[in-house]
Amino acid sequence: MATRRQFIRISAMGTGAVMAGAAGLKLFGSGITEGQKATFTALTGRTPTYCEVCFWKCAGWVYKDENGSIKKIIGNAEDQNCNGRLCPRGTGGVGMYHDDDRLRRPLIRTEERGKQSFREATWEEAFDYIAEKIKVISAEHGPECIALFTHGSGGKYFSTLLRALGSPHIAAPSYAQCRGPREVAFQATFGEALDSPEPLDIRDTRCLVLIGSHLGENMHNGQVQEMSDAIDKGATIITVDPRFSTAAGKSKYWLPIKPATDLALLLAWINVIISEELYDKPYVEKYTYGFEYLKEHVKNMTPEWAYGITTIDPTVIRETAREMANAAPAVIVHPGRHVTWYGDDTQRLRAVAILNALLGSWGRRGGFFRTETFELPEPPHPAYPTPKRTWRTEFPDLYKLADTVLANGVCDATVPDPSRNCKFQAWIVNGTNLMETLPNQENTLKAIQALQLLVVIDTMPMEITGWADVVLPECTYLERYDDLRVGPHRKPQIALRAPAAEPMYDTKPAFYMARELAKRLGVIEYFPFEKIEDQLDWQLKQAGSSLEEMKRIGVKTFDRTADNLFFFPDEEVEFYTATGKIELYSTALEGAGFDPMPRYTVHEEPPAGYYRLNYGRAPMHTFSRTANNPNLTDLMDENSVWVNPRVAKEWGLSTGQYVHLVNQDGKKSEFPIKVRVTERIRWDSVYMVHGFGHQEKKLRRSYGKGASDTNLITKVLVDPVMGGTGMRGNFVTFITDLAGEEVVS
Amino acid sequence: MRYAMAVDTKKCVGCSDCVVACQTENNVPIGYCRDWVVEVMDGTYPRLEIELRSERCNHCENAPCVRCCPTGASHIVDGGIVLVKPNKCIGCGACIASCPYDARYPHPKGYVDKCTFCVHRVSQGMKPACVSVCPTKCMYFGDLDDPNSDVSMVLKKRKYKTLIPEAGTKPHLYFLI
Repeated sequence: MATRRQFIRISAMGTGAVMAGAAGLKLFGSGITEGQKATFTALTGRTPTYCEVCFWKCAGWVYKDENGSIKKIIGNAEDQNCNGRLCPRGTGGVGMYHDDDRLRRPLIRTEERGKQSFREATWEEAFDYIAEKIKVISAEHGPECIALFTHGSGGKYFSTLLRALGSPHIAAPSYAQCRGPREVAFQATFGEALDSPEPLDIRDTRCLVLIGSHLGENMHNGQVQEMSDAIDKGATIITVDPRFSTAAGKSKYWLPIKPATDLALLLAWINVIISEELYDKPYVEKYTYGFEYLKEHVKNMTPEWAYGITTIDPTVIRETAREMANAAPAVIVHPGRHVTWYGDDTQRLRAVAILNALLGSWGRRGGFFRTETFELPEPPHPAYPTPKRTWRTEFPDLYKLADTVLANGVCDATVPDPSRNCKFQAWIVNGTNLMETLPNQENTLKAIQALQLLVVIDTMPMEITGWADVVLPECTYLERYDDLRVGPHRKPQIALRAPAAEPMYDTKPAFYMARELAKRLGVIEYFPFEKIEDQLDWQLKQAGSSLEEMKRIGVKTFDRTADNLFFFPDEEVEFYTATGKIELYSTALEGAGFDPMPRYTVHEEPPAGYYRLNYGRAPMHTFSRTANNPNLTDLMDENSVWVNPRVAKEWGLSTGQYVHLVNQDGKKSEFPIKVRVTERIRWDSVYMVHGFGHQEKKLRRSYGKGASDTNLITKVLVDPVMGGTGMRGNFVTFITDLAGEEVVS
Repeated sequence: MRYAMAVDTKKCVGCSDCVVACQTENNVPIGYCRDWVVEVMDGTYPRLEIELRSERCNHCENAPCVRCCPTGASHIVDGGIVLVKPNKCIGCGACIASCPYDARYPHPKGYVDKCTFCVHRVSQGMKPACVSVCPTKCMYFGDLDDPNSDVSMVLKKRKYKTLIPEAGTKPHLYFLI
């Protein structure tokens, strides 16, 4: 039994019970509590928003207290992404606004990069400085050598700016560092990428298969909610994970797979489904292409074959395959989200797609639904100039199926290399902490050092802002308008983000920044509206609404106009593949010179005394973005490294002890990390939550707390199909002697 | 009328949204909490079980905190909700020591604070903040005397337990197992 008192006495990660709530009586320094009343106060008005703490973009209402200070955020009941219930990060979004470590004023670098010396500047100065540099760089190297990295709503406006200038280089790490392989694999199989939120009908599924996807620890809100609904309805959950995740704790089957062997398990499942004739015959017959090839391809990939690779009992492989088939078509082999693991990720996700196709879950209730997105008119502007070259020029014949700009590709092409002629000269980085996002930090730094201009737009001082030439402080999502949210879902829907408060300090919204730069760079015609409110109102009026109406309701739902949510029985469906069918045998992959059907490849294993480094999420944090949020650090303020008791015994480790990790290339963790000895993980790998171990001292609550996994990912397994950066091929060992080093805790 | 809450340990994912929602709803200072999440792990690899519980004041029928309070600050109101009157509380901490569930904490302003079942919301027909925010809908709230309330219905249907029943406190916080 854990009690609050025990929690205070013992360290947070106890052996028996762990308290994951707020940290007892521990008091953190924060300005948030000042002036707040301990009693309930009447709230004044509410403002619609959609969340920016993660990419799920749940719509909600912002409430202020009687002093006009932002008090709480509550989900909008009409919103399909959240159904009126935000996750801890969304609820804790108030901390993003109140964080007293926020960037406050524009900054311009005064010494060379690597030294944190900036001077405060006016917005005019900052804009003039950037515009001047961009003009010179553009004239000398062409506008194509300017790149944008973005993971935030404001990216939209900088993207318009770049395209107006003539650069196609708009990169989102959410592709090649995250879900890219999945999108390529599903495109190749079903002719459609999955996009976000994924069209999974989890609430009505009878069997949910999670492969390394730790739903519940990643708070992909709608999906977590629907998983709970499915549990209520008695659905079977099958979890494949070297770690006993929260989801594994809710599963009928936990398959503690040997890391890096998932593809063998998937192929064995396909083998069982075909050899026992458990597949949806009419569906496969009607909709798919290449079944006979597939049958031949997997005929020797039996559960016994997979056993030797995955360590999963053949009986369990058969049983779980039958569970899926029994539930079919109301079955989801979950495609995951962050899937850049081992460099053959597109092929692994192809196997996931094929398995879903055999079970007939695509287009069926309890499987995958057909989404609809509201089509919102874009403000009129002249055509964008045609770029003269793209990043692809630098990578001839590589990553042929990548359908967007690779963040790592741009980074690699920025690093000076005599064999390349197009070097990137300027980066604009919006809302993504590239130092923690891109693997191989050394490479990222080499690229940064070669730049003539690095502009960073963020709300917080992050590692990347420390390297910037100009820092533009963005106001938080609670203080600004942004574009309307029009994500795909069961019904077309739009959501408005309006400012609940005036921007704090001297911060500005991205729309304003991009437009001011556009003015100075002679491309103002791409920003026809001076005020974003007018642009939104113009767009909304075309859609039969208005800004006034949206401020009142926050979210507007429209009827579906296209097809049905699920296939009708015997519906004729044209898939957007070369054959017009679901391609079990991929003509696109074959055409690009890759295996048309997935083959298992052996991955390197950790040498003796080393353990595979796995990483993931905690429900109260998003990437490194939230690590300093006062409300969320209150729930979790450092990560720990999960270690199996066998390993702990060998190393003499105990829970609560701090160690350093060092990887196969001798890269040592920047800060010590706390050990959590637990039965919940295999002995061949260790695990930590991503986003900690901040090296930026201006993040006063999170500096030096825990370790950064990115810091230890120096080996990158690049997916030849689309350039995804596989990050789970790194191995770490322990340094138990801290040699008197002080631990920040 | 007897208000009670049931928490479904099979659905809770331990995200702690209940904790943040309570903090922002009730102006609980950062660093303190009225509710928290407990994770209990049993077994050895690979046969493991986890129980996740969102915990808070049990609003006991036989409340030791109320019995031991020297000033009458701790009291029970209609519906069986245990409350503290900040202006009557002298911060002696007797209630903190007497509570088997460790549900109370000393507020930095000098009085003892704890979960109120969001009485200000409940009295207006709303659910407590934690219940209404929970992404897994794992919490059920209502009147035990009303057989059709969410909490009565779910307790009829499911197996449940209370914490430390041997303390004889007759808690109103149930855990579905």
